[in-house]
Parts: sequence; structure tokens; C-alpha cells
Amino acid sequence: MEITININGSDHTADVEPRLLLVDHIRTGAGLTGTHIGCDTTSCGVCTVLVDGTPVKSCTMLAVQADGREVTTVEGLKSADGLHPVQQAFSDEHGLQCGFCTPAMMLVGAALIDDNPDPSDDEVRWAISGNLCRCTGYMNIVKAIQAAAAAASSNGDS
Amino acid sequence: MCADRDEWGSRMLPAQFDYIAAASVEEAIAAKAEGGDETRFLAGGQSLLPMMKLRFATPSKLVDINRIAGLDAIRSHNGHLHVGALVRHADIAASGAVSGAVASAAPWISDPLVRNLGTLCGSVAHCDPEGDWNSVLLATGAEVVAQGPSGRRAIDIGDFVQDFFTNSLAEDEMVVAVHIPVPSGRSGGSYQKLERKVGDYATVGVAAHLELAADGTISAAGVAMTSVAPINRKATEAEALLVGNAPSAELFAEAGAAAAAAADPRDDVRGSARWKRQVVAAFTGRALAAAAEQAQG
Repeated sequence: MEITININGSDHTADVEPRLLLVDHIRTGAGLTGTHIGCDTTSCGVCTVLVDGTPVKSCTMLAVQADGREVTTVEGLKSADGLHPVQQAFSDEHGLQCGFCTPAMMLVGAALIDDNPDPSDDEVRWAISGNLCRCTGYMNIVKAIQAAAAAASSNGDS
Repeated sequence: MCADRDEWGSRMLPAQFDYIAAASVEEAIAAKAEGGDETRFLAGGQSLLPMMKLRFATPSKLVDINRIAGLDAIRSHNGHLHVGALVRHADIAASGAVSGAVASAAPWISDPLVRNLGTLCGSVAHCDPEGDWNSVLLATGAEVVAQGPSGRRAIDIGDFVQDFFTNSLAEDEMVVAVHIPVPSGRSGGSYQKLERKVGDYATVGVAAHLELAADGTISAAGVAMTSVAPINRKATEAEALLVGNAPSAELFAEAGAAAAAAADPRDDVRGSARWKRQVVAAFTGRALAAAAEQAQG
């Protein structure tokens, strides 16, 4: 069936089988490989994307379910002004080791600080509790999301 | 487009199915009736889609209900909490309308990403004995509202949950809401869940609900257990022990022992049956203590 999904601000129209998973549509259909596939069993969260601003596992949603909706992937975080505060903070705070979970962690972090501009340590840990980092680099991921929140607030204030 | 092996490599894809996005409950029911038991409703999809990817479920048609307006209401109404078919776990966790065992369980359903899509009504209809919500519903005495071609009916949760992954819906019926009683007097509830990690099924879960009479004694009690029997199981002996008595640590320990005796856990990767019974006893006591504190507070 024909679907149109707004991915990172541009409409993508495609004729897809109903069984096509959103993650495959993003990676193979739209060619955006920043969204990763890890466990493929709804356990690890590396396929996280934002659908209408809400983080979901794109391996556990059909592409047809996203018809008419807005999807943000890691490629959509950067704006004309440069890196998103979470991207800058993950770089500054060494919030990644192998980098496989990083796109998902950054999207969850971006959604969290949109909702809660000053998250506590516990709130960040709670928000990323559906996302696995197999390098176990959680300390710096938490620090990076908090640094991003602080940077986003000070940008907003200025 | 035909997805072949060359294109998708070793990707896990569900078997082929027809798909319709229903615009109304009536349309959804008609599509379900036409397809029979090979047709499944798709709400949050957080249990169904993984089962389809593993080919444990191979429906010939999916009826997507996500675009039906009016199913996402969560509100207190006529002495009960109404939870519509499209209310996500995250909506419940964030709602100011919920209390007791419902409020206590919502943040412990799976993980935050699953909570953003998965629905209470979908989980209830799925009847996985490792699902948390049916214990909460059994403890609180909830009703499932089903709609079919000839109208709606309310089904007591005890009659709705039939067996392992089996509910009592007719083939042409859809769960449109769940109604959870909100007592007018003093009441409280709690859900205690032991999980190995966020997102894992409960090793043991216990839901408790208490109502207090004017003299402070327990006038109504509900206790139900997750992951320790072939279906979510009510601990009826424990409930009977509680009613008519004043809340106390001794009483709750006795009820915990009765719940443990009613549990039928199995040895598995999450622990031994003997240990799980001990967890049931301890968690029943804790859930009842939390429920009593809330009711008294």
C-alpha cells in the first residue's frame, strides 16, 4: 500500500508491504542507516526513533502505522544552526564507546529534555532504562544528557 | 513490492497479512467478523508484532485500531476508572485520574519505549500469565467492556481471563475499554513486581487492593498474582482471611502465606519454584501494607 511518512522534515512516499517494519523502511527505503537494528526482539532499544516526538522501537511498529506521521531519526537531530545540544554533549562528555546505541540514546535524551528541561540523575536513568548500552557506558551517557539539558536551557535563556 | 531474501538478508519479517486501518469500532468489528480467528486487532502491537516476527502468530489479516477516534480516554466516571482501548501504559503512568494498584503498576510495565505504544486493553486481551495488568484487574474487580455487532457487554475480569493466552471474547468482539471500580470510601492498592531487569517479565508480581469500613476493619480485599501460575491467579483464600479483620503485620503475613500456597510457580531461568513462593509471600505482605497505609492515610 502507498504510504507517506514525513522523515526528518521531508515527505517520503513509498509503496510497501503491510509487513514491512518501520526500521526497515527507514534504513532500506529511505536510506537512513543511523537507525540501528540490534536484538530485533523489542528488547534493546537501539532502533529507537521519534514518532510525532515520542520515542518508540521502530522494529516493533509497522511502516504502514507511521503513514501520515512525523518520524525523527538521528539524522534529523542536527539543524541549520549545527549539532543538536545532545549531539554536542555526547561528543564533549564522551557519551559513547562503540557508538552502536548512541543514535537511540541521543533521541531518547532529546525527547526527555523537550519534556523536562532539568532532569535529575534518576529521571535520566529512568528515561533511558529501555535502551541498552552493551559497552555499559551509562555514566557518561547520563552526564551527556544532563549537560545537553543545561546547554539547551542556557541557549533558551539567552 | 516483494521482499525477498536478497533484499532483506536475515531480517525478521512477519508472515504476509492483509492490513486495514479501521476508522470506527463498527468497521473494525465488521472486518474482524469477516476474517474470523485468523484476524487480529492491532493496538500497541508490543506483544503481537514480536510474536508475528517470531512466527508464533501468523494472522491472515490485521485490523489496525490506532486511527479510531475516541478510544484514548482515561477518566473517572460513575464510580469507575474508564480506560479506553488506545490508552497507552505511559498515559496511565502520567494520568492524574489513577490511584491505588493501577497507579502503582503503570510505571513498571515493560520499559519506557514499550509503554509509549503498548496499551492496557491490549495487554488484558492478550492474557499472557506474565502480563501485569490482569493481576491488577483481578485484585480490583474490574470489568472488560467488549463491543460486538449487537452492542456492548461488560465481562467480569475473572470470566474474561480463561486460560493461557485465551480470553472469552467472541470472534466478532473487540475490547473497547476496561472499567476499574473506584471505591467511594477509604481504599488503597499496590503492585509489587520483581524483575531481573527493566523490560523483563515479572519473576513474581502481586497486586493488592483493600477497602476499609468506618471502624477501620477490612471490608473488601483483592490479591492476585503474576507469573506464578498458568494464568494470572486470584489468591481467594488470602482475600477471605483479610475481610472483617483489622489491618496488621501479622494478618498480612498470614495472607502472604495463603497466597504463596495458592501460587503454582515453576523452576525456570528466573528462579526456583520454592524461592518464587517465598517472594509471593513477602510481596503479598508488602503490597497489603502499602495498600493499608494508603487507605488509612
